[in-house]
Amino acid sequence: MSHSNNQNALMRFITAKNKDVKHYPGFGLISVAFFLFLYLPILVVITYSFNSNKIVSVWQGFSFKWYLSALQNEGLMNAVQVSLTVATIATIIATSVATAAALVLSRGKEVKHVKLSETVINLPLMLPEIVFAVAILILFSQLGLQDGLTKLILAHACFCIPFAFLPIRARLQGMTNNLEQAAQDLYANPWITFKRITLPLILPGIFAGAMLSFVISMDDFITSSIVSGGGATTLPVYIFSLVKQGVSPELNAISTLIMLVSLLLVTPAWMISKRNK
Amino acid sequence: MNQIINNAHKQNASINKPFNLRLSWNLIGLMPAYLVMFFLMIIPLGIIFYVSMMTSDPYGGYEAIFSLESYQQILFTYDWDDNLNLNFQYLIIIARTLLLASATAIICLLISFPVAYFISRQSNSTKALLLYLITLPFWVSMVIRVYAWVLILSNDGVLESSLTFLGLTSGMDSLLYNNNAMLVGMVYSYIPLMILPIYASIEKLDARLTEAASDLYSTRLSTLTKIILPLCKPGIVAGFILVFVPCLGTVLEPMLLGGGKTMMMGNLIQNQFSIARNWSFGASLAVVLLIIVMLFLMWNARKSSRPIVEGSAV
Repeated sequence: MSHSNNQNALMRFITAKNKDVKHYPGFGLISVAFFLFLYLPILVVITYSFNSNKIVSVWQGFSFKWYLSALQNEGLMNAVQVSLTVATIATIIATSVATAAALVLSRGKEVKHVKLSETVINLPLMLPEIVFAVAILILFSQLGLQDGLTKLILAHACFCIPFAFLPIRARLQGMTNNLEQAAQDLYANPWITFKRITLPLILPGIFAGAMLSFVISMDDFITSSIVSGGGATTLPVYIFSLVKQGVSPELNAISTLIMLVSLLLVTPAWMISKRNK
Repeated sequence: MNQIINNAHKQNASINKPFNLRLSWNLIGLMPAYLVMFFLMIIPLGIIFYVSMMTSDPYGGYEAIFSLESYQQILFTYDWDDNLNLNFQYLIIIARTLLLASATAIICLLISFPVAYFISRQSNSTKALLLYLITLPFWVSMVIRVYAWVLILSNDGVLESSLTFLGLTSGMDSLLYNNNAMLVGMVYSYIPLMILPIYASIEKLDARLTEAASDLYSTRLSTLTKIILPLCKPGIVAGFILVFVPCLGTVLEPMLLGGGKTMMMGNLIQNQFSIARNWSFGASLAVVLLIIVMLFLMWNARKSSRPIVEGSAV
């Protein structure tokens, strides 16, 4: 009964506005199909992570055992550690560099070549990542840089800068400098003005930028897979090596755990950004 | 007049603070970003051009002997007589890359427009929720999203076993390792980048225009093609670029969903550095990819003089 109620609600949702000139028949149906397309693959991975059968696609019964074996997987835990280290340090570097640059470009006086500076900072967004990865691999090998972790941190910090820069810059452009001027009128020196007025105001932008570069760094595959070596394997590279070995129920469990963690990270950030609007 | 005021303003400003100090603060703020980009982007790109014009060392790396052999290798092979023969092997890969990237962008567009339009017609809270649902998979690891399709499409995968269970098919060919599998994976990975800018441009649309068109006896179809679509063009173009350009260099989908026989430029370049160890050839392929992207962006910038990436909220 409740099922057919739901169906009726869905049908009304799709067809309610068909008298309206702005309504296009079929768009609702396409959208429902699209959301199914977007979420079915994820649901398949989650569902089959609870399958007790070692043969992934044949359902045998409900079980948590793959989660237990995933959590005891040493390679996975190492990869998580490498990824967290790289993402944290790269995010700190990228966010500081981006904040300094955004402050100068938005608040500095008589700054020349603003357009050029923005283009330079956004360079990593413009070229295909595989080109960047290969280029930086050759650079590191020319320099004789061996340490995997250092290589990963340098590369990640570089391509995270535009992702940290854009939200901070947008935040600075979205606010007038009235408050800063008022503070200066009231004899606040530049440092106090920055600490008490500018910084608290742009903090949401800095938070969004840091969040974005952390996720981009955690998720990066192309650069990490080419640059890594020297004993540092990041999480996506490790998962890729598991996928190459073939589908497995443990892999499904690992994937589900990672999806859960990203959900827990992204949802609060989304809530915060929604409240700020 | 303006000039005078400006000058006066400048003088005034320079009285307030010593010029040198201000200049150095600007410099200190921008310097780290410039240093990082110079040493980790611009110099490596220069090295790529340089290596692409050197001789490849069979043991990995390159020898500093000028040669355009690696560019020649994209088009020709030597036969046993040392004659140059046209070789389509790599041209096919380049053509496949262009074709699949365009197909992905077009399919994304065909799905995205109705979805973005549908979302824009919902109440504010539904809108926010649906947009959240669209961006959410984007935050989930790319490797896992592509892996989900391996799980579904592989031999004895979820799709095949469900179809067999329902008695619809028995023992079909593997759905993996072909162009269609890559296409599905790429559409799945990149479609949020198309929906968001199109949605932003539909939101900016003046609703009165649609009503005016309808009052003037325009059918829904002609309102769509003559009013809505032309006005949404900036969003559509931005979405097309945001999907097409990353698709040109995509690596994961061809590696996991396409087999060794259906390569794209991304994994061909990657192979030169991981398996084949032919750095010069890999570098020259990277240069070719870079030139394709630049040509596309320049062609696009010439076609539309308006700023295009305004709606690109990732």
